Amino acid sequence: MAEVLNVENLRVAVDAPGGAEVVRGISLTISEGETVCLVGESGSGKSVTSLATMGLLPKGSLKPVGGAIRLEGEDLLACSAARLRDLRATRMSMIFQEPMTALNPVMKVGDQITEVLKAHTKLSNAECHAKVMDMLTQVGLPDVARIAGSYPHQLSGGQRQRIMIAMALVLEPKLLIADEPTTALDVTTQKQILFLIKELQEKHGTAVLFITHDMGVVSEIAHRVYVMNRGDMVESAPVDTLLRSPREEYTRKLLSAVPSLTPRAARSFASDRTVLQVTELVKRYGGGGFLSKSPETLAANDVNFTLRAGRTLGIVGESGSGKSTVARCVMRLIDPSAGGIRVAGHDIATLSRTGMKPYRKKLQMVFQDPYRSLNPRITVAESIMEGPVNYGTPRAKARARAEELLELVGLPRTAAARYPHQFSGGQRQRIAIARALAMEPDLLVADEAVSALDVSVQAQVLDLLAEVQERMGIAILFITHDLRVAAQICDDVAVMRRGEVVEIGDTATVLGNPRHEYTRALLEAAPGRHWDFAAFAPVSAA
Amino acid sequence: MADTTPIRAGLRLPTGKLAGAGFGLAPIIAAVVLLLIVLAAIFAPQITPHDPIAQNPVLRLKPPSADFPLGTDAYGRDLLSRVIYGARISLIIGLGVTVLAVVLGLAIGLVSGFFRVADAIVMRIMDGLMAMPSVLLAIAIVSLFGASIWTVMAAITIPEIPRVVRLVRSIVLSAREEPYVEAALSLGTSMPRILWRHLMPNTFAPLTVQATYVCASAILTEAILSFLGAGVSTETPTWGNIMAEARIYFQLKPSLILWPGLALSLCILSINLLGDAARDVLDPRMGKRKD
Repeated sequence: MAEVLNVENLRVAVDAPGGAEVVRGISLTISEGETVCLVGESGSGKSVTSLATMGLLPKGSLKPVGGAIRLEGEDLLACSAARLRDLRATRMSMIFQEPMTALNPVMKVGDQITEVLKAHTKLSNAECHAKVMDMLTQVGLPDVARIAGSYPHQLSGGQRQRIMIAMALVLEPKLLIADEPTTALDVTTQKQILFLIKELQEKHGTAVLFITHDMGVVSEIAHRVYVMNRGDMVESAPVDTLLRSPREEYTRKLLSAVPSLTPRAARSFASDRTVLQVTELVKRYGGGGFLSKSPETLAANDVNFTLRAGRTLGIVGESGSGKSTVARCVMRLIDPSAGGIRVAGHDIATLSRTGMKPYRKKLQMVFQDPYRSLNPRITVAESIMEGPVNYGTPRAKARARAEELLELVGLPRTAAARYPHQFSGGQRQRIAIARALAMEPDLLVADEAVSALDVSVQAQVLDLLAEVQERMGIAILFITHDLRVAAQICDDVAVMRRGEVVEIGDTATVLGNPRHEYTRALLEAAPGRHWDFAAFAPVSAA
Repeated sequence: MADTTPIRAGLRLPTGKLAGAGFGLAPIIAAVVLLLIVLAAIFAPQITPHDPIAQNPVLRLKPPSADFPLGTDAYGRDLLSRVIYGARISLIIGLGVTVLAVVLGLAIGLVSGFFRVADAIVMRIMDGLMAMPSVLLAIAIVSLFGASIWTVMAAITIPEIPRVVRLVRSIVLSAREEPYVEAALSLGTSMPRILWRHLMPNTFAPLTVQATYVCASAILTEAILSFLGAGVSTETPTWGNIMAEARIYFQLKPSLILWPGLALSLCILSINLLGDAARDVLDPRMGKRKD
């Protein structure tokens, strides 16, 4: 097969005198009709590599300093800006992680695709229109005439990504670069998009460079895999070889960190004490406006569950399923519309702000985004001390306790005097956990607490949560979209869809032997479900 | 997942370099000019050659000479001394209005951004204030309470407040959605403390920039009020009333308007240039988040 892309010894550095190299001499090749996955954790340089190929490195901050990128033999690093612009649509194109920001919000999507055609071909209006409609049909959109006349905000995330793919492929480029194209999508949509890319690739013989951090996705679509770490190429191999017998220690570590979809062994009951009982919880949005009557949305409808001390209940579901709404109702960050939330036997669902104060201590939360959940302007110690000081602990004592907690979550005591920006994402999440623990809560609500972290860091934070739970006997309400994570940390799982709990029970039953069709669909869509990454072997047919 | 890290880190470098090596000559010149004006105002009694209000009918409308470097006005007063003393009023008003408008605007904006009920009421009042031309409002206030430096200051402050309020409110509205504010809430932190500790510091950088614009605008408004005769009493020289008195002698002696006008323009230009430089350095989009 013909070689489409050949990157040879590419080096990219920060554009400043003596700037550090962020990509250090990597080489890769992609042939016609081949899907090559570039995997790595954040900061590995995988996106920089793709941007360098497209000639889209941010000007004045990063620049290629050595090597060659050849697209069908033509060196892209030597191309003029005008030549690159021309190549970008006709011979190579790119799709991005967030289709909403990649599309023009004030232009109909059909016109946006037409624009690409007009800029690079001499087709007549009628031919353009026919081609756009054909492309939209090919990417599997229903009712193409209506979709073509829609603005990006009127479409769903999956539909927008399909539009991006249509736009990228309309000129039949030789090379398609997909930079985490499914990361922002729900698993069921992700599955469809992956399938679509595969299908179109087979039809058009496009070479695909697929950038991802998700080993599950890799196992689904890759022919060959390149693994990157901090700007270096670690290893490359056909996908089956890489997953079965990785040569390098780093790859081995990366694969071992992927949580297994097989539920962990059930734990024995530590205690019978009920920490949290949610009954018939309802949260409505919209409805009775002052002047207008907007249609009302049920973000949570008739949600019931009980959580005992020392246990972990997972709430899983896709975006918009209401899982975060339930968490925020429990925390009383939003007011539930109806139903009861009993904490240690007291109903807190209708308590006022001051009435809540004694109960806030018992409930603590760890948020998704570790970069935003800590106030950047105050020291780590101040953040951790804030809660206890609010409840009357003397500052000196709270400070000493903060340092103890930092040690407990695996950070040095000296971290107390530093500011959040001096820590990595995983370390910040540890700080956030320390802050929650400072209140000695009965219940910890973790809302997608590991979703923003790299897999290796994710595994460490999950271990920390498990350890803390064992030591302090707290209950954890764990909100996640990731079934793998849920399978590894939860004792019980509730599956939510459109505000309703469709299935609830112990993890082994719900994920091992799902009764509801939606749970089955979710499991079915989980990428790489047939592969046990940590065992370097396919999941045994059990 | 967040794979933009190296790119963002790279993007930040040039800004750091920019801030380090200076951002052009204009802000430096502006700072020097402003410093000279401030020093002249502070040491006015020491550096002025004449009493700015001593009249001398014999020396009316004299051209520049060794004794009177900028000449004299219609009452035989030294123009240079009057322009230097005029800087005092302008700067006092400018500084006073800025402090008042920022402090009051910050307080109102914080409350209005955080409490929905208060917001509805406060913002309608602010909309009402902004609907009135600020000079007309100031004239009305001064004529109601009589002209003194304090009423003039109040009269200029009131129309400036809504601009600060809207800025602070918009920052608070977005900052209160930050997870660290929700975290504080679940740690049992009281509302006033959340406002003080977690929300207010977000406003400091944009407020610093806004303050320079308020200051420039206040100095200009004061000059307009004085020119219209609605400002500080005419016994005290201000750039505005020097120009107002010079208006009738404009054809006879245009320099009477030129010098105070030039001082006013230089002063406002300098402040605005410094404001722009401050914005370039403090722009929230260039971010404090080193992630």
